[in-house]
Amino acid sequence: MRFRIIVLAKQVPDTRNVGKDAMKADGTVNRAALPAIFNPEDLHALEQALSIKDKIPYAEVILLTMGPTRAAEIIREAMYRGADRGFLITDRKFAGSDTLATSYALSLAVKKLAPYHLVVSGRQAIDGDTAQVGPQTAEKLGIPQITYAEEILSLDAKKIIVKRRLERGVEVVNSTLPALITVHSSAPPCRQRIGKLLMKYKHARTVTELQNETKDYTELYNERPYLLIEEWSAEDLKADTQNLGLSGSPTKVKKIENVVFAHKDSKILSNSDKDIEKLMQTLISSHIIG
Amino acid sequence: MNNIFVYCEVTEERSIADVSLELLSKGRKLADDLKVKLEAVVIGHKVIKPEALLYPFGVDVIHYADDEKLFPYTTLPHASVIIELFKKEQPEIVLFGATSIGRDLAPRVASALRCGLTADCTSLEIGDHFENKTQTEYKNLLYQIRPAFGGNIIATIINPETRPQMATVREGVMKKEVYSVKYKGKLNKIDVKSILKDDDFAVTIIERHLEKSRIDIKNAQVVIAGGYGVGSKENFQLLFDLAEVLGAQVGASRAAVDAGFVDHERQVGQTGVTVRPKLYIACGISGAVQHRAGMDQSAQIISINTDINAPINQIADYTITGNVADVIPKMIKYYKKNSK
Repeated sequence: MRFRIIVLAKQVPDTRNVGKDAMKADGTVNRAALPAIFNPEDLHALEQALSIKDKIPYAEVILLTMGPTRAAEIIREAMYRGADRGFLITDRKFAGSDTLATSYALSLAVKKLAPYHLVVSGRQAIDGDTAQVGPQTAEKLGIPQITYAEEILSLDAKKIIVKRRLERGVEVVNSTLPALITVHSSAPPCRQRIGKLLMKYKHARTVTELQNETKDYTELYNERPYLLIEEWSAEDLKADTQNLGLSGSPTKVKKIENVVFAHKDSKILSNSDKDIEKLMQTLISSHIIG
Repeated sequence: MNNIFVYCEVTEERSIADVSLELLSKGRKLADDLKVKLEAVVIGHKVIKPEALLYPFGVDVIHYADDEKLFPYTTLPHASVIIELFKKEQPEIVLFGATSIGRDLAPRVASALRCGLTADCTSLEIGDHFENKTQTEYKNLLYQIRPAFGGNIIATIINPETRPQMATVREGVMKKEVYSVKYKGKLNKIDVKSILKDDDFAVTIIERHLEKSRIDIKNAQVVIAGGYGVGSKENFQLLFDLAEVLGAQVGASRAAVDAGFVDHERQVGQTGVTVRPKLYIACGISGAVQHRAGMDQSAQIISINTDINAPINQIADYTITGNVADVIPKMIKYYKKNSK
C-alpha cells in the first residue's frame, strides 16, 4: 500500500500587498484587483509532504483544494513542484462557507481518498488568518491534530514525531497515524518548480477548463490521462447540503465596515535638527519620556 | 438565558494566564449586561489556588478538571473535557485566549459542537439582529468584531442560530480588572476519569523547551515600533538604540516581521500584541488597519515616515516627514542633550 499524504491548500487573494484600488468606494473588497496566490503557509505544508516523498519512494502526494475553477492553478503549481495529482472541490453550493462548512466539505473529500496516512495543511490562510480549518477538519475526520509544525523528525507507517513551534518555545510530540498536521511559516520554504514536471503537467486541466479551451485536447488526454484534474461536486462527495455553504455556516457577517479613523490634528514636523530638538524638549517637559 | 464561560489557560507556573484573566474581566461585563452568570473552566493539574485567584474577577462557578494527565496541555483530552462539559451546561457564550493553546483547542471544540467561532476578535459587544430574509428578530447576540481581509476591513460576525457563540481574543486586547476582592463563587470538580478515553492520548509530549517571554511590550510605557519602511535588519538596530536610551520596548508591524527584520514576539496589531503605552513611535509604518487595531489607544503617537500621506499619520499627534535612519539618531542626540 502506498503511503498517502493529502495536502490541503487554498488559493487566496494576496492581502499582503493591498494597493489603493483594492477597496471599492462602498468599502467592500475589490477581489479582482488582488492577485490570486497559493496561500503561503500551504506551500510550507506542500514542502513537508514532498520531503517525505523524497525519503519514502512509495509515498504519494495528493493536493486537495476547494474553490472556483480558477483554483486549479494551485493544483498545477503543486504538480510542477512534485505533487502526484490533485482534486478540485468545486460547486456553487459551497459558496459562502465559513470555516465549519469548509472543514465539513474537506473532510468528506479526504474520506473519499481513504486509506490515507497523513493530512498536511498550512496553519492559516492570509485572507482570514483564522487557523480554524485544520483543527476542524481533524475533528470531523476523528483523527489527532498537530498544529504549528516546524519539522517532521521521524515517520513510519504507524507514527510520526513532530517539532512544534509555539509562542514561547518548541515542543516535540509523538502521534499515531493517521493524523492532521498544520505547518507553521517557520518550517522550510517550498522548493521551486522542476523544469521536467512543468513540461509534463503544463497541459493539466479540469473538465471545466477543458470546455473553455479553444484547442481540442482529446487525443492528448487519451494518451496522457494523468493530465486530467478531477473535479468533485457536492454530490460527488455525497454531502448533506444542509451542512454546506451559507446554510452550513453558523457564523454570519452582520456588517462590513471600511475603516475610518478619527482624524487627529497632527502636528507636522520636518526632520530638521530644530524641529526634532523641540519635540524632544516637549516630550521631556510633559513627562512623557525621561 | 444561559451563562458565559471562559476557558482559563494554565501557565507553565501552574497559575492562570493573563489573557484568561482579561477575558474573565470582559466576560463579567457581558454577564452583567445579559444578567447571567460567569463561569470559568480550568483544566490542568495542581493549579495554584484557582479559587483565590479567579473569584475576585466576578467568577460565579469554577469548573475544575484536575488530573496529572491534563498538564501540560495536549489537544484531545482538553477538548474531550470541554465538549462533555458544554453538552451538559449549554453555554450561551464561550471565550478563549487567541494563544497557541486557544487557537488549537477552540476550533476542535467548535467543530464537535457544530457552533460558530470567530478568531482574534478586537471587540465584543451585545446587540440585536433582524434577519430580513426570514423576518426573524434575534435579541442579545454577541457581536464578534474583528478586522478581516488582511486588516483592510472591519467585520461584525454573529451566530444567530447556534450555541454557544464562541470567540478567541488576543492577549492585551481586553483590560484585566478585578471585579470585587470579596466576590465568592463555587467550585465544581469535574469527574475526569469518567470522561477521558485511551484515544485521547494519541498524541504524547516527548520534549518541551518553553521560555518565559523575555519581551514585555504590553506593559511598556514607551514603544518604538518599526515597519517595512525601516528597510533592513541593520536599520532596526537604530530602534533598539533609541529604546535603550528611552527605556522603551521595540515593537514591529506584521510587514516588518514577515520581512524577517525582527522576531514575531514583537508584532503589534490584531495578530500580535495590543499595546496602550504613554508614547508610541511608529517608524516607517504605513498603518494598516490590523496594525492600528493594536496601538490606536496609545496616549501619544509619533509617526516618522517619508510618505506624508501614510494612513498612520491620521492618528498621529506628531508627524515627522523623513527617513527613519536620519531622524532616530537626531532623537537620541537631542534626548541626551535635554534630559538630566
